[in-house]
Amino acid sequence: MMLALDIRNLHKKYTDFQIRDVSFQLEKGYIMGFIGANGAGKTTTIKSILNMIRIDSGEVYVFGKNMAEHETEVKQQIGCAFGDIDFYTRSRIKTVTDITKKFYKNWNEETYSDCLRRFKLDENKKIAELSTGMKVKYSLALALSHGAKLLILDEPTSGLDPVSRDDLLDLFQELIVDGEISILFSTHITSDLEKCADFITFIDNGQIVASAEKNEFMESYRLVSGSEAHLNEVKERLISYKVNSFGFTGLIRTEDFDPSSKLNASMPSLEEIMIYFAKKEGLYV
Amino acid sequence: MNVTISNTSEKPIYQQIYEQISALILKGELESGYCLPPIRQAALELRVSVITVKKAWEELERTGLIHTVTGKGCFVADFTSGEMLETRDQLILKQLATDAAYYKSFGLTLEEVIELLKKVYD
Repeated sequence: MMLALDIRNLHKKYTDFQIRDVSFQLEKGYIMGFIGANGAGKTTTIKSILNMIRIDSGEVYVFGKNMAEHETEVKQQIGCAFGDIDFYTRSRIKTVTDITKKFYKNWNEETYSDCLRRFKLDENKKIAELSTGMKVKYSLALALSHGAKLLILDEPTSGLDPVSRDDLLDLFQELIVDGEISILFSTHITSDLEKCADFITFIDNGQIVASAEKNEFMESYRLVSGSEAHLNEVKERLISYKVNSFGFTGLIRTEDFDPSSKLNASMPSLEEIMIYFAKKEGLYV
Repeated sequence: MNVTISNTSEKPIYQQIYEQISALILKGELESGYCLPPIRQAALELRVSVITVKKAWEELERTGLIHTVTGKGCFVADFTSGEMLETRDQLILKQLATDAAYYKSFGLTLEEVIELLKKVYD
């Protein structure tokens, strides 16, 4: 089993926020969804991986190579897209491409023109004239043309309408079909991941809560509900809960749940897992 | 091969795929020797994750419905009509067990369930 990405014990401290001991691994040829609420540390982690911010400690390996020691070489294999970052907005696509390709040894002009055609990108358009979806596709075109094998995408689907999102997810799945390309993509739109992601890494308050195969991850939690009278039986084992006039609903780890209890239990969605964790932190009331 | 996935179902997606393909095989719609699409291709077409399809295929293999030929793919297994009936009954029994638990939760007796079942069966 080859690891596309191997992150070990990342630490980065800011005055008001920190990521602590962030570790996870992505197998080659798969899609990993990186989820967490806004401000949980997704972007900080991604920027740390790409050495866009200086980490306090920790190590990043891409296809077995240490990022800190071989950054220039490793970056030839990485493609990235940031949903909300605009670069050279007044330049034409053609100009940005001409600059970008100088940095890559394995730039393939043929792949590039294929991508332009396939994504319906017009080289004479200015970056500012592209829709959000088109910007992501342009980043992907650049990544694929330089032969990137690991795509790191920060919120690529945010700000897209359902049709463009669907289109993009379809593309992600096409990209990994031959098992060569791996994708790490962060999002807070968890329904995007329920279908296509193989693995889920969940970050909350700067720490990794879990990183696992998606079904395993979802099966490791139960959403339980019952009358308020039953709440006391499980209260201290719940990650968090909500009470209303019909009773309570709460999230519990499957290992902490007694299946013989009278409580209703169902498999939570990724969104529900995220919400109940956020509630625990008292971020949202 | 027709497989329909519901995202609103409580059943895990790999389970849905497994059940539907088993049914197709047991009803004879997929004949022995039929080659299932490669895992990654199937994942793309069904719009599910690679691991989900992998799990479904593994489950089919465990039940003996398909077998893998390394480097060539997964094929619907050869079995006698007797074996086929046995596997079919196992699947039906599994479903019945789940349903029975539901009826029992209402305190229905077997006779009552049979009476009700008759009403919807034809």
